[in-house]
Amino acid sequence: MKLKRGIPLIDQHDQHGFWGGKFGGSFIPETLKKPVEDLTNEFKKLRKDKKFLKKRDHYFKNYIGAPTSFVKLDNLTNQLGGAQIWAKVVSEANGGAHKIYNATVHALICKAMGKKYIVGDTGAGYAGKMLSMAAKKFGLKCKIFMGAKDIKRQKPNCDAMRKNGAEIVPVYSGSQTLVDAVSECMRYWVSNCDNTHMCVGSTVGPNIFVKICGWSTAQISRELKVQLKSEFKKIPYKIKLINCVGGGSSAYGFWSEFIDYDKKQIELIGVEAGGPKKSKLHAAPLSRKTKIGILHGAASYVCQNKEGQINETESISAGLDYPGVSPMHCFLKDTKRARYTYATDEEALNAHQMVTKFENLNPSLEPSHAFAEAIKIAPKLSKDTIIIVNSCGDAKKDRDILRERLGKK
Amino acid sequence: MSSLINQAFQNAKNENRPALLTYTVAGDNTKKRSLEILKSISNYADICELGFPHNTPIADGGQIQTSAYRAIKNGIKINDVFSIAKDFKSKKKNKPIILMGYYNMIFQYNENKFLEKCKKSKVDGLIVVDLPYPENKSFATKCKKKGINFIQLVSPTTSEIRLKKIIKDSHDMIYYISMLSTTGGKLKVSPKKILEKYSKIKNQNKSKNVVIGFGITEKTIKSLKKADGLVVGSAICKEISNSINKRQNTVTNVTNIVKRLKNKIK
Repeated sequence: MKLKRGIPLIDQHDQHGFWGGKFGGSFIPETLKKPVEDLTNEFKKLRKDKKFLKKRDHYFKNYIGAPTSFVKLDNLTNQLGGAQIWAKVVSEANGGAHKIYNATVHALICKAMGKKYIVGDTGAGYAGKMLSMAAKKFGLKCKIFMGAKDIKRQKPNCDAMRKNGAEIVPVYSGSQTLVDAVSECMRYWVSNCDNTHMCVGSTVGPNIFVKICGWSTAQISRELKVQLKSEFKKIPYKIKLINCVGGGSSAYGFWSEFIDYDKKQIELIGVEAGGPKKSKLHAAPLSRKTKIGILHGAASYVCQNKEGQINETESISAGLDYPGVSPMHCFLKDTKRARYTYATDEEALNAHQMVTKFENLNPSLEPSHAFAEAIKIAPKLSKDTIIIVNSCGDAKKDRDILRERLGKK
Repeated sequence: MSSLINQAFQNAKNENRPALLTYTVAGDNTKKRSLEILKSISNYADICELGFPHNTPIADGGQIQTSAYRAIKNGIKINDVFSIAKDFKSKKKNKPIILMGYYNMIFQYNENKFLEKCKKSKVDGLIVVDLPYPENKSFATKCKKKGINFIQLVSPTTSEIRLKKIIKDSHDMIYYISMLSTTGGKLKVSPKKILEKYSKIKNQNKSKNVVIGFGITEKTIKSLKKADGLVVGSAICKEISNSINKRQNTVTNVTNIVKRLKNKIK
């Protein structure tokens, strides 16, 4: 299993859609074969279409607000006394998280395909909120599938979705979180694929959805590359790019331009959700030894039992609370290009507290997992090491959880 | 020699009616009870589909999800599914049984081991919901080598070219999904339209047995009786749920509904 140079990772799959011969694919019911094929052809065409690219860039710049800033966290750096800590503040993007890239691209594709309805899944509510924003912007009718547990714990995002005119469909099956929302969304698409476009909220699901999402979030690393060159004159010698990983869309977007670099120069570190400290449940298929399984149309490392039943997961962060992960991250893990670890709920909360105490930054619980790792390793590293954390979401949505756990107002 | 599945269709044809196929979930609501249900309904059903439950079933509607979750909660394991099938076949050796489920369960068990176990339990066919053509080619070939029918699915969205290829690669039976829906949806397409598409499939190769499934209930079954076979799943699973809720005998109630379904297509 080997990575290729000079080819975007989203295109490094074989003809059946597998990365490294075993991750990804399209395990879908027959009914979805045609819509998936149509979408695949459309995307193939659109990504080469200059007009479409111009449109994308226009909305990325004027609607999403590209580029998001790249800043040094001086106080945190001084406090930890080791590597320099920087942040790519992706949460500045319109809506408050990276999910807006994928949502905007899907809305544009939906329009191009002449469909009037768009549906999507959401965990933390960001994917749903952004899709509802994009739908409103482009005049599409929007339905968002969301686990009942997540609706309760991420209320601010639900309010935003409703305000944007989207219908939230609560999902009561299974663990009532993201995994069930994705299943229900796919079921809805099976029944309505003739007039409805589906947006999968992360780099998961059947092959084409992994590709579209990765293609969209790649904007993050394109910006970062330019920003690194302008800040340091050239790409620095020792960089660590730390990103949280749930489905893995922000991590892929943060890394995509840097995968070809030697890992000694640019290390890629993915941080999964370890769940509550004493709980056996976690959402960390890459860092806590799981087997390959099929979930939501793709093969990836999956939290599952011996029989192949998908495990319930538990994490304070709804956005990372997912038993599977992008096939591209499985490929990056097995080729050893990226390193994956996890942070517990408590570590993420501590990191959130520390970052907000020292910096004018308010990372949501998802990137707080990445900050936890940065805080852990920074003191041990040399001062010329550049740690960059993708602060991919804003903590406004976590208001209720933070109040309960940290007594924050 | 003709497969038991083929024979079942032939028997129905001789009686000038479509074959009746039932779907129940193994272990719903207990291992023992699901076997009893299976044995009892097979007096009226021509072919029995037995679901091996998965907890992330992306193509199933509410009724079958409920049955699957209930079975898993009551501890059903894949080896129990095989033992139910085996026990069933030891009593009803000429009644074809088809296992149906999602690929991850087969993948975790190991394809070859799974098929070996199918053969030992005398399973006649397999339906794998999320392993479409052409990705299923190698697995379908393995099935054939073991004398197990791999049943291809086709749907209203299946293109003409694809349809030709799928039929060419199919074994004795083809499953036509009546409409864009998960299992148990309300029949939203007119029976006439469904039968038109059905004929298109049938005309490609008359020797293949084509069944129609999804949305078939006591109300709708009669209107589709021209087909080679008709599958009823959700309506049966719903009856199991109802019977449990009303604390009534599931075996009797489910048998009665299957009996009524059969009478409607005679």
